[in-house]
Amino acid sequence: MRKAFVEVVDQVMQNDESLILMLGDIGVHGFRKTFENFPTRTYNIGILEQAMVSVASGLSKEGFIPVLHTIAPFMVERALEQIKVDFAYQKVRGNFVSVGASFDYAALGCTHHCPGDVGILLNVPDIQIVLPGSAVEFKELFLQAYANPHLTYFRLSENPNANNFPVQFGKGKCVREGTKATIIAVGPILDTVLESCKGLDVEVIYITTVRPLDKELIGQRCKSEKILLVEPYYSGALLPELISLFSGRKMTFELAGVPHEFLSNYGFAQEHAERIGLTRDGIRKKLENLING
Amino acid sequence: MQYFTGMLAESQRSIINRMRGQILRMSAQAGEGHVPSSLSILDLLYVTYSQFMPAPNEITDSVNKFVLSKGHASLGLYVVLAEMGYFPSGWLDTFAKFESNLGGHPDSRKIPGVEASTGSLGHGLPIAVGIALGKKIKEQDSKVFVLIGDGEMNEGAIWESLLLASHHELGNLTMMVDANNSTNRALGLGNLVEKLNSFGWNAIEIDGHDHREIADAMSRVTTKSPTAIIARTIKGYGIKEMENNPAWHHASPNSEQLASFLEGLE
Repeated sequence: MRKAFVEVVDQVMQNDESLILMLGDIGVHGFRKTFENFPTRTYNIGILEQAMVSVASGLSKEGFIPVLHTIAPFMVERALEQIKVDFAYQKVRGNFVSVGASFDYAALGCTHHCPGDVGILLNVPDIQIVLPGSAVEFKELFLQAYANPHLTYFRLSENPNANNFPVQFGKGKCVREGTKATIIAVGPILDTVLESCKGLDVEVIYITTVRPLDKELIGQRCKSEKILLVEPYYSGALLPELISLFSGRKMTFELAGVPHEFLSNYGFAQEHAERIGLTRDGIRKKLENLING
Repeated sequence: MQYFTGMLAESQRSIINRMRGQILRMSAQAGEGHVPSSLSILDLLYVTYSQFMPAPNEITDSVNKFVLSKGHASLGLYVVLAEMGYFPSGWLDTFAKFESNLGGHPDSRKIPGVEASTGSLGHGLPIAVGIALGKKIKEQDSKVFVLIGDGEMNEGAIWESLLLASHHELGNLTMMVDANNSTNRALGLGNLVEKLNSFGWNAIEIDGHDHREIADAMSRVTTKSPTAIIARTIKGYGIKEMENNPAWHHASPNSEQLASFLEGLE
């Protein structure tokens, strides 16, 4: 996805003079041609995330569309107040593109993990949150949303899905029909979800825009009234919105995602996924419990 | 435009005193507001808006911009904006009421002439850095002024922004520091002129209540280095009982105190 990020920024830079790229001293090599081609609109701001977000707000107030890029915990958790006050509250547009989703940087340890980003940012009113499942999907979603008058968070993943689906900002997609249960799969967890439900009579709704959530689609589906919500970040972030959506109906929810604990091991992301059961077998077990329960 | 020189003429003094009275009345009526901080920066704000900012009907994308980073001193900003005609003076009577446009901290979504919503310290300066960088990219000649507190300089984001402004050669940015020493009890800042010069700024120190010194400092032209004006001020300036008295930091006068203070202004 990082390569796709470079490509789509270069593409937009050529056509939209308002786009400004701000790097938190990462991705500098990847964007080397952008630095050459657009020197007045490409900045390696440095390792100062709080000021970077506020400076971006100032640039946005001057009519530019900033694109900020750094590692998720430093962007979301360190600079949360700047995101809240300087962008969301003041209704300033901008795009925040993170890497290091959940435990993508497994070997670097908990300081570089960020499974809390989506749940945290859902508390910021008016924010838009996008989790593309693949590089192609990221490009499409970025082009659709980058210039709208909101703050948009794009979460890049090092472990994307193998296949792409046609994606539309703000819209989900039913990618598998079924009657016994519904799986709501967010972004790059879709491949694992589709593997987990082979041979089972379940529908799968694929979500790449977490906010605004496609409530219309979800509300029309889920006829079985059994929902397994599979999120590749701290589990249950979307649950309050689903409970509200189905208020008055007797629904059964099951959750799969990252448990609320520090994952203090190192190794590889796949090892963490296996340890917490965010795997084909782990999801299938929850799915079977939901169907048979 | 009026131009106040070092010693205020009687008519000029009466304008400043009238605004001091408005600040006191608004705070007394609402039971809210940071009066001494507002009095500390009133002269800086008045010179800024009377001489360096566009009239309300002249605001365009390319004019000078001002950001009040120490947003808790909003009372000072409100009386100056009303004096300059940015909004009806009747708004002042609504200060801090439920549906008022004028809250304890300024809101860019509600108030004409307010560039940034501030309140949490350490945000206004980097926003102003972004505005100045944007103007530089657009090759506009206009300037960006930002007013921060010396206590606010405890915040790390301030020093991040100082580095950024000099690194990106924002000669179009002028930062005023309301140096009233009110937070020295917590953390001393040392010699700010030396510190800021070492950060690549062009720093000078002035009397923050002398209108001529303020105007001269704000008129300085630099091509690359951002300008820092260390404005030595007195917190609560103009109301002797409040001056440098921390008990008044977030206190409002009662009716007797209000009457006494207003009498002292006459």
